[in-house]
Amino acid sequence: MFFKQQAGLHLILKMSTKQGVKTLGDMKVNRRSFMKGTAVAAAGVAAPSFFTRNAWGADFVNNPGDAKSVTFGFNVPQTGAYADEGADELRAYKLAVKHLNGEGDGGMLNTMKPLSLKGNGVLGKKIEFVTGDTQTKSDAARSSAKRMIEKDGALMITGGSSSGVAIAVQNLCQEAGVIFMAGLTHSNDTTGKDKKRYGFRHFFNAYMSGAALGPVLKEEMGTDRRAYHLTADYTWGWTQEESIKNTTEALGWTTVNTVKTPVGAGDFSQYITPVLNSGADVLILNHYGKDMINSLTQAVQFGLRDKQVNGKQFEIIVPLFSRLMAQGAGDNIKGILGSTNWNWALQDAGSQAFVKSFGQEYGFPPSQAAHTCYVQALLYANACEMAGSFYPPEVIKALEGFEFDGMGNGKTLYRAEDHQCFKDVLVVRGNQNPSSQFDLLEIVKEVPAEQVTYDPAIFGGELGPYKA
Amino acid sequence: MEAVFLQLLNGLDKGGAYALIALGLTLIFGTLGVVNFAHGATFMIGSFCAVTLQKLLTMSQKVRDESVTFFEAYKEVPYLEIWFGDTGRALIDWTVPLALLFSIPIMLAFGYIMERGLIQRFYKRTHAEQILVTFGLAIVLQELVKAYFGANPIPTPAPDIVSGSAHVGAWLGMSDAIVYPWWRLIYFLFAAILIGGVFAFLNMTTFGMVVRAGMADRETVGLIGIDIDKKFTIVFGIAAVVTGLAGVMYTPVLPPDYHIGMEFLVLSFVVVVVGGMGSLRGAVAAGFLLGILQSFASMTEVKSILPGIDQIIIYLVAVVILLVRPRGLMGREGVMED
Amino acid sequence: MQMKDNILVAIFAAVILTMPIWAGAVGAGYPDLLQKFAIFGLFAIGFNILFGFTGYLSFGHAAFLGVGSYTAMWSFKLLSMNALPAVILATLLSGIFAAAIGFVALRRSGIYFSILTLAFAQMCYNLAYSVLTPVTMGETGLTLAADDPRIFGGAGVEAGGALPSPDFFGLSLSGYNGFYFAAIILVIGFYISVRLYRSSFGLMLLAVKSNQNRMNYTGLNTKPYLLSAFVISGMYAGLAGALMVVIDPLAGAERMQWTASGEVVLMTILGGVGTLLGPFIGAVTIKYFENIFSAFNDAVLNQIFDFLPDFIQVIWVPFASLFVGKGWHLTLGVLFMLVVIFLPGGAMEGFRLLKEKLFKKNEDAAETAKAGGTE
Repeated sequence: MFFKQQAGLHLILKMSTKQGVKTLGDMKVNRRSFMKGTAVAAAGVAAPSFFTRNAWGADFVNNPGDAKSVTFGFNVPQTGAYADEGADELRAYKLAVKHLNGEGDGGMLNTMKPLSLKGNGVLGKKIEFVTGDTQTKSDAARSSAKRMIEKDGALMITGGSSSGVAIAVQNLCQEAGVIFMAGLTHSNDTTGKDKKRYGFRHFFNAYMSGAALGPVLKEEMGTDRRAYHLTADYTWGWTQEESIKNTTEALGWTTVNTVKTPVGAGDFSQYITPVLNSGADVLILNHYGKDMINSLTQAVQFGLRDKQVNGKQFEIIVPLFSRLMAQGAGDNIKGILGSTNWNWALQDAGSQAFVKSFGQEYGFPPSQAAHTCYVQALLYANACEMAGSFYPPEVIKALEGFEFDGMGNGKTLYRAEDHQCFKDVLVVRGNQNPSSQFDLLEIVKEVPAEQVTYDPAIFGGELGPYKA
Repeated sequence: MEAVFLQLLNGLDKGGAYALIALGLTLIFGTLGVVNFAHGATFMIGSFCAVTLQKLLTMSQKVRDESVTFFEAYKEVPYLEIWFGDTGRALIDWTVPLALLFSIPIMLAFGYIMERGLIQRFYKRTHAEQILVTFGLAIVLQELVKAYFGANPIPTPAPDIVSGSAHVGAWLGMSDAIVYPWWRLIYFLFAAILIGGVFAFLNMTTFGMVVRAGMADRETVGLIGIDIDKKFTIVFGIAAVVTGLAGVMYTPVLPPDYHIGMEFLVLSFVVVVVGGMGSLRGAVAAGFLLGILQSFASMTEVKSILPGIDQIIIYLVAVVILLVRPRGLMGREGVMED
Repeated sequence: MQMKDNILVAIFAAVILTMPIWAGAVGAGYPDLLQKFAIFGLFAIGFNILFGFTGYLSFGHAAFLGVGSYTAMWSFKLLSMNALPAVILATLLSGIFAAAIGFVALRRSGIYFSILTLAFAQMCYNLAYSVLTPVTMGETGLTLAADDPRIFGGAGVEAGGALPSPDFFGLSLSGYNGFYFAAIILVIGFYISVRLYRSSFGLMLLAVKSNQNRMNYTGLNTKPYLLSAFVISGMYAGLAGALMVVIDPLAGAERMQWTASGEVVLMTILGGVGTLLGPFIGAVTIKYFENIFSAFNDAVLNQIFDFLPDFIQVIWVPFASLFVGKGWHLTLGVLFMLVVIFLPGGAMEGFRLLKEKLFKKNEDAAETAKAGGTE
């Protein structure tokens, strides 16, 4: 670090600021990391190890000490299939930082209850941020997170758009002793068998999708249905298939078949044709993102939605979908049932405050990914205020069992046993007659939190120690 | 029985698609010998011709939705619909077929510029360098498309009239339960015609003969006084058009995004190589073989005996064929073997 | 010759091992990226032993990387947290794997060989992602667990305890220690590749590259040489895979995907196929772009270009942002094209040209001096 400073000083693009020195190679050198640098130099350059805790005489990784700012790490997919979702997450984070630092209109800071934040950063420190690209690959995501921890001094990592990545980064953060506030991840495993003390998820999961959809399915399609599952062949797909299957079978439905499809199959025709004559009258697509857009488009092309089977109208269900996916599926999504974490059309004060800030800043409404990321950033900052410290074990304890309201989704509990948020879940339907280009989902039902709450023991897992 | 027949239809449909997607690569890679990693990107550009045309045709009058106050939400009414009513609506509905015409000059220009501007300097360079430059080009094209159109897939439906399914079973006097989407049948027919056209062009015209001769011995053909460079440029242009058309036709099946080409890149290479280098017939045969086997491998009955077989069948078949037949199905000796 | 090689290796070692000190100047001075440099450098150097020396282009080397990773991970889970058995087992097993695949794939040459290796690797990837999940943990990736039945060093972790981390006889391998561990192996790997290049074995491989037919006519069977080269480079890949896991205990299937195989091909070509140092330079370049360029955002750009007048900054920053952050791929693509158009032969060719130019200048000067002298 010390040498880095020295070399940095010699770079042509150096500029003195109040905080320290900025260089091309080392974008975020401020007083804090400069101090760290000197501390390391003092400790001897022989074996500077960032993962060695207590390295700079403090008691946790990237302790801001008496620096004037703290750094958050926003780790989102910027390339690959989820790049648009990632871009939306990043917009939300920037907005969150703005609001936390007391700029802009404050967004959900005006509606969140209970609120410890004061709109002057966190614990009086201004929030800065660094960004990275997860590429929706575990390795790349971990690399990016490590850069934020090792180089940029990030105090908290957040973001992501898939469960595999969320779990991989969560594991890393547990080892590093840095809190991870998961972005969009829907697998039961994230806060189930792979849950970690340092990982937190605001987004809902496959189990909750099933529990929320159950009553609506019963109401709309009755208790005598024959379901056929097409499932993306990886962990998220399996947990969703299991959850939805349990729910529908409890309603009295029969499961005709469950077929695993390769991720990124593109053309699903060879999996769709067997549905035609299987005797099933419901097709459940456990696909996400591009897979879902493709399989739904093709299923509709095969005429499934115009079919009558067993004297009933054939139905397609997509248990998890988002506005971006609806946009990609075009007309095919119209009338399709599914569940979602949040939608901009919600009328509660928290959602409205967020949609207002976001809409005025960027000119279009936020996605559910943006919402969950925004809320996660605020929740972390709020927990630091509550704990009166950035010391992770204290922050974790503040988040565990925290009950809050006014952030969309009604009254919410961050359950201590598995770090999963319990809140209302939306059952939605692809809008038949959208009034605008953003009005793609129609909210069928807001299922109250009690109905989707489950016993944490069913998924097992072990949170691990407070002190990493 | 119905299930088997349906999978056979799937297989033929897939085979047609694979053969058509790989057709352009057969010309550039199999015939001109350029390891073209930008083939996928060419396919992608083709499908974005359809997207662009759709954007043009659906340029809309925006009616503000007043109920939304925090940002501007519009209900979009295409100008074509306002001006021409049903005719306008029909035009929009027929975007994808129209895009076929729209894409031909664009793809021709694309192929011409790519060959004259870049590839022609690489005919005599090593394969490694061809890979690097075409891969670089592919990334650049993808990123430019992504910067403008975003990363999310864009729906480009087929015309309404062909949106349903055809009663194939009834036609053949089989069960009524056998239906198949019109668009896929059309795609299959289109693939057959295009492949036949290219085949005839290469094998039955003097031009084709010159190109084939030029590939075998470029210098001698040059010595006879034929401007072989120009002919190669034309072949490149044709390849780009063929690939682009395959891209346009595939948009109703797979809503295109900037990355769609990469997903077909590996598959195209496998099809061309399994078919045998330099053999159009081989590539077509390989396309159908892989398509049909993939469809059957995806049947639940097969998967229950060999779990995961549908995920690897293409590669497994490729390995078996390449081991049994040294140069793929119908490869010519001495092409790309060193 | 040997003296010169030893100097080369010594300089290489010196440059690599001092990286933590000087890499900070370009923003790369943090453990994770340096580790990636060392690991992917090793991967590319090993890949070059096959591709660069023999001309056989494998498009499936990521499979060996993956096998190495999974083996090392299982060694941690079942045997011991010591890195040594993990690294050795991973290298051996990927070598066996490479021998099996190489034996089959080397029955063909040219593009047919490439597609065979690609097919094998894609099968490995697809199976690891789905059906083999009990062994690989599929998409989530194989990680340490509290209930690992480790033979040495205690099985399981008491409830609520932290998971163990890999070590080298008690020395922790996270952070810079991990880098030094990988860097030393990289230097050894580089030394071996240099020795191979100069050996009669290396000569044989180069002969295969220039004209295999002629080699066959002389009655020599080239197959064993080719297979050895394939296995050796597969072992390098397995070793690199093991190092990834040693430093960061997670093994995911995506490491085996064709894009990962393609990446090492690009690294090697970018740096210079068949050169000794080129592949390493290519690996460093690509990893640098991936990790540093992707981290720029508008705020950072504005900070960098703060010195520009506002009206230029307003235009320039949005334009520049096309190439960084979410657009870092674009920069990489442009770089690929520029290198291959202007520096055929990769980065090493650029260095050679530069050297030639400088050298020629000196020569010219010397000649003029001489000419002046005789007058």
